Amino acid sequence: MNTCAESFETLILRSLGREYGAQQLPRGLDITICDQVFLIASGLIWNVYFAVLALAAGFFLAVALALAKGSPLKVLRLPAEAFVFVFRGSPLFIQFFFVYEALVLLPRGGISVFGLIIDTQWTTRAWAGALLVLFLNTSAYSAEIFFGALKAIPKGDIEAADAYGLSGGQKFRRITWPTMLRLAWPSYTNEAIFLFHATALVFFSAFPTRQQMGDALYYARYFADQTFNPFIAYPIVAAYFILLTLALIGLFGIVNRRLNRHLPRAARARLRFRPQYIR
Amino acid sequence: MFSFCTTPADLPDWQWFACYLTTATHFALYRSVLVVLLLLALAAPLALGLGFLGAMAVRSRNPVAKGIGWAYVSMVRGVPDVIFFLFVPLAIDQGVEWLFHHALCPDWTEEVWQGNDFRVCPEAKTPLATSPVWVHQVWGFGLALSAFALVFGAFAANTLNGAMSAVPRAQIETAEAFGMTHGQAFRRILLPQMWVYALPGLSNLWMILTKATPLLFLLGIQDVVYWARELGGQKTGLFLYPHPDWRVWYFLGVLVFYLTLTWASQKFFDRLMVRVNRGQATAGGEALRKAAA
Amino acid sequence: MKKLLLSAAILAMTAGGALAQQVVRLGTEGAYPPFNFINEANQLAGFEIDLGNELCARASLTCEWVITDWDGIIPNLVGGNFDVIIAGMNATEARAQVISFSDAYKRPDPSAYMALVGTEASVMESGVISAQSNTVQAGMVAATSATLIEFPTPDETIAAVRNGTADAVLADRDFLLTYLNDAPNEFEIIGTVMPPGTGVALGIRQSDNELRATFNAAIASMKADGSLNALLVQWFGEEVPLFE
Repeated sequence: MNTCAESFETLILRSLGREYGAQQLPRGLDITICDQVFLIASGLIWNVYFAVLALAAGFFLAVALALAKGSPLKVLRLPAEAFVFVFRGSPLFIQFFFVYEALVLLPRGGISVFGLIIDTQWTTRAWAGALLVLFLNTSAYSAEIFFGALKAIPKGDIEAADAYGLSGGQKFRRITWPTMLRLAWPSYTNEAIFLFHATALVFFSAFPTRQQMGDALYYARYFADQTFNPFIAYPIVAAYFILLTLALIGLFGIVNRRLNRHLPRAARARLRFRPQYIR
Repeated sequence: MFSFCTTPADLPDWQWFACYLTTATHFALYRSVLVVLLLLALAAPLALGLGFLGAMAVRSRNPVAKGIGWAYVSMVRGVPDVIFFLFVPLAIDQGVEWLFHHALCPDWTEEVWQGNDFRVCPEAKTPLATSPVWVHQVWGFGLALSAFALVFGAFAANTLNGAMSAVPRAQIETAEAFGMTHGQAFRRILLPQMWVYALPGLSNLWMILTKATPLLFLLGIQDVVYWARELGGQKTGLFLYPHPDWRVWYFLGVLVFYLTLTWASQKFFDRLMVRVNRGQATAGGEALRKAAA
Repeated sequence: MKKLLLSAAILAMTAGGALAQQVVRLGTEGAYPPFNFINEANQLAGFEIDLGNELCARASLTCEWVITDWDGIIPNLVGGNFDVIIAGMNATEARAQVISFSDAYKRPDPSAYMALVGTEASVMESGVISAQSNTVQAGMVAATSATLIEFPTPDETIAAVRNGTADAVLADRDFLLTYLNDAPNEFEIIGTVMPPGTGVALGIRQSDNELRATFNAAIASMKADGSLNALLVQWFGEEVPLFE
């Protein structure tokens, strides 16, 4: 039985590995409320890790895909459309399973590229493999959002840019890009929330846990199974997710204000906590 | 299945696969596809009904109903759906048994929680221990269904609320000018017009629901994911049809199944959108009028 | 306590004819050959299935099989979704804190580390070892300096060794043997270790004293007439430790 201070010390970084905390997780009747609060909090490190990196990297691929999708060239448009269709048309849960099973088929000794042996083992680990799936998944959804925003840019804005004699690059940088971001931002915020919540699926699909390093829901389920009481662990993890979701909305709201700062006050779209379910 | 399947080890490849793919376990996999479709067919109307209630609560003038509605809608949004799927069936299961226990066995003197054990009297067991297996399966499916309905009810409530707000205010004002009551205006004006605004959101919701069905697996239902994992795993000489690890192919199959399902749904909704847009005072309706002229 | 149970039993009997005939639900995993698995006919098969059916016949109980995930098997038992765990579970002290066990129906047998042929034995201390989560073997690996990698199903732990995710797998030897015999040139056993506990036993709720006594009597009778030993040899081969 741990005291609260001991729980904090041994569990708050436990999700990073046993080098950073207790050798073994608290078990059975020894589990205290503090254990649950801190270990589940520790698991959030992974949820935030997956969400931040997947969103950051996915943003760039999404913009590229959206532009490719809007391109008149078939070589660009068709692959982008196929990519978006596959990742938006199938469940993330299945994508995790499929990609994991595909990654383990990579040759064990590594792939040889121009004489360099590239190791493949690390790709099956959750921090890499699951991140890859989340990155591709959010890229597809965000691409669809950006593509929609691209189509919604007012015709007059583009015509005005042409009349001013802006070059293609200038037009994109000064008109298309900022307008697209501004229009897409509310939906993109929504996508970010979806992705953040989707990180809870990682350790419930195919990706195994090493040294009991898991995310918040992994630990919540661990406690629910150990104590046979779902009424403590799941509400704790739910509360954490609500708090982080609110933080995420706040963060995206700041960006939204910046994107809209040139507009007259009345025309600014305020990003409120208005739950949307577009995905 | 086929007459030549008696000695699988000696068969040529195509016959081996014909026999392999028609074993009873493979038929269980094919049937589990129906389980997914059944869940969709039941969860969608239930969620729509719950969503309707939720939307009414959010729009209600009664502050209590408004508060409950708002809390319901925003809580489901703030928490990953998978947490609800893990929590709700368990909570309902124990809650129902606890209620029955107090209703049916008032003379029961033992504690319901004995240490770790959750014990209710035999009459309160849901379903009864004596029930046949299919009753247990239906009950398990029902619990899963309720979790889906609850989560997607909140999603639908938000969509329907948005759609009701989108109906032009002037339409309601005109109705009131004609002397309709609040309820009449709601039923005759708001409801019929709401659907065209709700449809994009609802079709999107159907897609999210479709893509959430593999989570049935986490609830202990033997769905496509369960069977893909079970059948794809390596089978040793203990089995009639030994094979190495084929999971990647089974999951590829599941992936293709879901892609087909969402693709077909999209086609259906596109056609439906054309239908409901007819005669509506929207851009979609205008486009249809121009095309006809 | 005994009085209470008796009155409860009477209550149950007077409550209605439907409850007179007791149905005992047996929970198993169905993914752990040769202990329990699902065959191509979509039926449960294996040592424990034969054993469970025989025990129920001897105790004149109507039994029903329930398949459940290993991870949820103890929560489902204490939650009352079934009455008996019969899934190759070692009777350990840690588990005995939350559930009770019948007498063992299989004697303690060493767990084995299985690896690809040519793997050095040092991986047992410094490598990556796969094990099924919530098993005694997972607990044993966690106590060593090796890196534990956990999978929800037994089959995945073997696949992890084959595809290189893990250096070796730690599991019941009898389970590993079915894979080893299938591919003797691919795998080898690099070490054994004795698991904690008193052998493989039925898991029963701590409050179900009557049911435990019934099953213990049935197990004792199968030990006495040698039928349990015969069943063990049938499913695990000649090397399995038998009951005296």
